[in-house]
Amino acid sequence: MHCAQFLPRWLYHLNIVSMVTINRGKGAREAGKRRYHESCRGMVTRRQKVAATVVTDDAGQGGTIAGQDNNAGRRGGAGHSMVQLITPTGERVSHPEYDPWVRDVSDEQLCSLYEDLVVIRRIDKEATALQRQGELGLWPPLLGQEASQVGSVRSLRDDDFIFPSYRENGVAYCRGVDLADILRVWRGAASGGWDPYAVNMAIPQIVIGAQTLHATGYAMGIQNDGADSAAIVYFGDGATSEGDVNEAMVFAASFQVPLVLFCQNNHWAISEPVRLQSHTQLVDRGAGFGIPSMRVDGNDVLAVMAATRVALDRARRGGGPTFIEAVTYRMGPHTTADDPTRYRDPNELEDWAAKDPIGRVHALLDRKGLFTAEFEAGVRTKADAVARELRAGCVGMPDPEPLDVFKHVYSTPNSWLDRQQDHYSRYLASFGDPAGATQEEGAR
Amino acid sequence: MTQMTFARAINSGLRRSLDNDPKVLLMGEDIGTLGGVFRVTDGLQKDFGKHRVVDTPLAESGIVGTAVGLAYRGYRPVVEIQFDGFVYPAFDQIVSQVAKMHYRSRGAVKMPITIRIPFGGGIGSPEHHSESPEAYFAHTAGLRVVTPASPQDAHTMIQQAISCDDPVVFFEPKRRYHDKGEVDESLDPNSAPPMGQARVVTDGSDVTLVAYGPLVKTARDAATAAADEGVSVEVIDLRSLAPVDFATVEASVRKTGRLVITHEAGQSGGLGAEVAASITERCFYHLEAAPVRITGFDVPYPYSKVEMHHLPNLDRILDGVDRALGRPNSLSGLEG
Ligand SMILES: Cc1ncc(C[n+]2csc(CCOP(=O)(O)OP(=O)(O)O)c2C)c(N)n1
Ligand SMILES: [Mg+2]
Repeated sequence: MHCAQFLPRWLYHLNIVSMVTINRGKGAREAGKRRYHESCRGMVTRRQKVAATVVTDDAGQGGTIAGQDNNAGRRGGAGHSMVQLITPTGERVSHPEYDPWVRDVSDEQLCSLYEDLVVIRRIDKEATALQRQGELGLWPPLLGQEASQVGSVRSLRDDDFIFPSYRENGVAYCRGVDLADILRVWRGAASGGWDPYAVNMAIPQIVIGAQTLHATGYAMGIQNDGADSAAIVYFGDGATSEGDVNEAMVFAASFQVPLVLFCQNNHWAISEPVRLQSHTQLVDRGAGFGIPSMRVDGNDVLAVMAATRVALDRARRGGGPTFIEAVTYRMGPHTTADDPTRYRDPNELEDWAAKDPIGRVHALLDRKGLFTAEFEAGVRTKADAVARELRAGCVGMPDPEPLDVFKHVYSTPNSWLDRQQDHYSRYLASFGDPAGATQEEGAR
Repeated sequence: MTQMTFARAINSGLRRSLDNDPKVLLMGEDIGTLGGVFRVTDGLQKDFGKHRVVDTPLAESGIVGTAVGLAYRGYRPVVEIQFDGFVYPAFDQIVSQVAKMHYRSRGAVKMPITIRIPFGGGIGSPEHHSESPEAYFAHTAGLRVVTPASPQDAHTMIQQAISCDDPVVFFEPKRRYHDKGEVDESLDPNSAPPMGQARVVTDGSDVTLVAYGPLVKTARDAATAAADEGVSVEVIDLRSLAPVDFATVEASVRKTGRLVITHEAGQSGGLGAEVAASITERCFYHLEAAPVRITGFDVPYPYSKVEMHHLPNLDRILDGVDRALGRPNSLSGLEG
């Protein structure tokens, strides 16, 4: 039982307690419990409200409680320390707690992670170009978030199940989703790009936060089945404000399901900075629900991998959910339809460019003497090939047929819809053109 | 009179409401610094401050739920839902709280909340960005539902909605945001036609064609095309979807004897059904033919490569007009 469950809820709502580091003692547990009951009886005094409160955290990661005095979330890094294994300049720093989780990562694997990062960036660039050229309706760039996506997805087993948002196209690539299938939705040629069961990855979610509940339910199913796989859900900093995400954490904690809540804090929700969503570090959201929580450098592929492995191991051993805040940055616009110059200080971009997820692995490989000309050329060839395949898959994708509009709404015949389809085919036929090529004017 | 876009006309109406009533405040995602994803609130935060034009956390239930509290406290919140498909997290607050508070408090608590929702399709967006959910709200007792179709109406109706003591769901036809029109910004909303009133857009004598929101323009174009073929179509812009101004539609149908209704939303349980049933009840003996509905299909809004098949267009509307007139049409020979 996590003590956080006994915290009076007004502490979160009022934001008036000062930040206190975690105390693992029993006294703290009792104190938390007592105050909860008092608040239930409506006997909370003003003094009690401002009194510091403590919470234990089974993960032993150290946790915090929201408060006005807590500038940590605003500044970043001042509260929860951020796990980092590769510095921005490519130095491999040791971390007693997390090193063991990536000790098996060989030089060869590190090179392969580097290739993933480069290829994903290339995919993102190519897709952005395809949008500019009118081949895609929209594209949500993941520029800057490559390490968060690669480090997490490369920690999974094939039988783990992924619930992504719209931005996890790097995750999709690593999962083996067909390149054209990644673009299908963004080209407007389908409402879902791939078969989730073929890759154990759900189709992208645009309704912010909704997928967190799906992942929780999926994990409840894994638990019921007695399997040792896990579910992982990707969501953004902005999403943490949605009711669905908070309800997901309630369910996940209550049932102790095998779930990894993977929050990419890329600092922006379209034009809204993360501080508008949260007074504290996002990692505290998880802790507040009694979920072991970690804050990692999301631009450090190795740190992300270590944290995800910690979480997956806990999940597989019946230890319940884990919340990971991957601290990263959305280097591009929200989507190709967005203009970030309207709300973002360009200096911020420069700061984050210095923490680039690819640059640091490059530097690390260099230090190790692994970044040979031959290796570099190999990676470039691979990226070029993937980009070519992506483009060919996109422009060569057959357009859907007019009557596809009626497909897949139900799994069994439906009299209302069947009638509408019949009428619409008669309508199309009335042009003497069954393909309905005369429908160009439609959407005007 | 000033030439301006639909979006600008709403912006100007919002500005006037903010100017005229200190209790008016705007809330929503990305409406402040960014000025909204469609720039409808552009510049308003700069001029009225962060306390009156509020960028909220990303939570629709939160936005509408806190608007209820603000209304309790005497404010007139105008909330923006970024896209039609994102109103559902707030559905509970709208249906159970916003709509019913006046009733439940026996008239003691007013909910003068305006919920602005860009709606409809035709802009090539991915899923959840092109929906027409108006029937859910029109079906909910306690809500008024309106949708302007021209920049002038957008400008006056947004002000009327804000000053209305009842909650108003204000649907903005997003594919018309960039359309331009003459707007008289000095027009007093109190002397302009009330938002609850339908408007005859083009006079005609053969068929009554009822539309609203994004399809009013399409309906007008259809009327022009029909005129070329010698058919006189009277186009009515409903403007208000709850309640519907049936008197205006009825007067027209008594004259034409024929009724076609068009909307982007799916057919079943939609506004077209309500209009057809009510007009049939009111003037059955004046009808020369069964009412015809030209609507979107009962499908989730389709992906953009086929959305033009879902959306009623000029040809489909004219096919419906032919059917109402008993002229050869795509369903000739079929009874219903
Ligand atoms: C329920 C809902 N409300 C609003 C939106 C519009 N919207 C799309 S993305 C976005 C911001 C999301 O920010 P975040 O969760 O941080 O994810 P990121 O885009 O940064 O990856 C918003 C408001 C939406 N898609 N769904
Ligand atoms: Mg974000």
